[in-house]
Amino acid sequence: MSDFDPFPSEWDNDFAPVLAEDGTKESESMRYSGFKVIKEALTGHRGWGPAWRDATPKAEYDYVIIGGGGHGLATAYYLAKEFKQARIAVVEKGWIGGGNVGRNTTIIRSNYLLDGNEPFYEFSLQLWENLEQELNYNAMVSQRGILNLIHSDAQRDAFVRRGNAMILNGADAELLSTEQIVARYPFLNVNNARFPIKGGLAQHRGGTVRHDAVAWGYARAADQRGVDIIQNCEVTGFRIEDGTCTGVETSRGFIGAKKVASCVAGSSSRLMEKAGMRLPIETQVLQAFVTEGLKPLLPGVITFGAGHFYCSQSDKGGLVFGGDLDGYNSYAQRGNLPVVEDVCEGGMAIFPNLGRARLLRMWGGVMDMSMDGSPIIDRTHIDGLYFNGGWCYGGFKATPASGFAYAHLLATDRPHKTATAFRLDRFATGHMIDEKGVGNQPNLH
Amino acid sequence: MLINHPILGPRDAAEFVYKGDASLIHRPDWQAEDAVAQFTDYGYMRDNPAGLHRELWFHEQGDRSWLVVTRDTTTHEITKVELARDVARAEGRSK
Repeated sequence: MSDFDPFPSEWDNDFAPVLAEDGTKESESMRYSGFKVIKEALTGHRGWGPAWRDATPKAEYDYVIIGGGGHGLATAYYLAKEFKQARIAVVEKGWIGGGNVGRNTTIIRSNYLLDGNEPFYEFSLQLWENLEQELNYNAMVSQRGILNLIHSDAQRDAFVRRGNAMILNGADAELLSTEQIVARYPFLNVNNARFPIKGGLAQHRGGTVRHDAVAWGYARAADQRGVDIIQNCEVTGFRIEDGTCTGVETSRGFIGAKKVASCVAGSSSRLMEKAGMRLPIETQVLQAFVTEGLKPLLPGVITFGAGHFYCSQSDKGGLVFGGDLDGYNSYAQRGNLPVVEDVCEGGMAIFPNLGRARLLRMWGGVMDMSMDGSPIIDRTHIDGLYFNGGWCYGGFKATPASGFAYAHLLATDRPHKTATAFRLDRFATGHMIDEKGVGNQPNLH
Repeated sequence: MLINHPILGPRDAAEFVYKGDASLIHRPDWQAEDAVAQFTDYGYMRDNPAGLHRELWFHEQGDRSWLVVTRDTTTHEITKVELARDVARAEGRSK
């Protein structure tokens, strides 16, 4: 990867990410380092301060970002750092990182097919690659590689096409033979009678990230740049005067804002309904699972191509896996058993020794399932009100680019170069970004 | 989840396929002045409520009837199940 240029010059030059240290405000005493860990170990750990302030709401801000998840915190961070904006608040109804950024299967990748998506996700992967240095926070970014398995000739054709689309957009992709896969994953059942493994599409730069650390790292870095992170502050309404949003009503009083940015995927419809908007979104539940801790077994991320199953091993040793949506509208953050059975069957078809592991936990998260399976980052018809949502079940990997692109939109009122297709009106104009080609049926995306 | 089918009694939800909001019964008039806007709304926009939701389920592995199920999306509790045919007829649709 040494000749890989993370930020080609043809990209948006106005706001190319600053990769080098840029003289940020953080003081040396707050900076995390190996030296600091040793020093604190020898002095009784009395020098660690809170990673971010517990801010109380001010009367007015330039930007109020609703939602203290990964995307909202990343938006605040990039607004402050890359776009040099100030007077920014993130309001969160519970605690930060308590939603989907704490509930996903932690996979990062940029193996999309369509031009509307792939440059964006590749941008995201490049931001991931530099995230820990950027934030001075150990997010455990691990580029252990992702492998999508192939089970038929037709699927090989589709994956060759996808791999070529990835390479054309500056990502990496490699088609692997069954022998190459067996060399790395000797325990996979390549001779399953119904779904034999015929090869795979690998993206070696994909991998996993410690999901909670992403929220915490962005929160800490945003806080150090003056962003107010206001927890336990639920937005109960918008103040809209003559078609302009002038602030939000919250459980802690009115907060005025020049620009209000919704960033609450999973609950987008509930929030935007308060502004009188209907969205091209259904909220559905997706389950995830983790086994007891095991010795190192699975070096990368693997996905089953014939059903829906994806699995990686956490650094703590648990096999983290998931599969299909439950497939119906739900805000319950828990699913039902038929999908559990389906996911486990998919896992057993390729990965028989999974059956010997005991399941430790399972949980559900609620997803903004959009009508074409792709996200939305756009202005709304109400001046001063912006929308970011519709991430389906692919929001985690998008966190850095979503924050960056949303910050770009908020600061400049123009979409970021990699996010021009994520328009709210694309369903009316017929410019859907439908990776799977299944149409306006959210539970099939 | 169990869906209490009006004809067959309680059936496992896994026998059904989920379609979406029951407002899909109300296909707009294709000859209306604003048919394009109406169909955009019909095809792509959803209320997506947190709470009671009327929705279409198809009994694919059963009697292949369409049902209108009223279900709470915050608890998954099902409070009412009707045949979609009866709902549509009550609203003056079809013969």
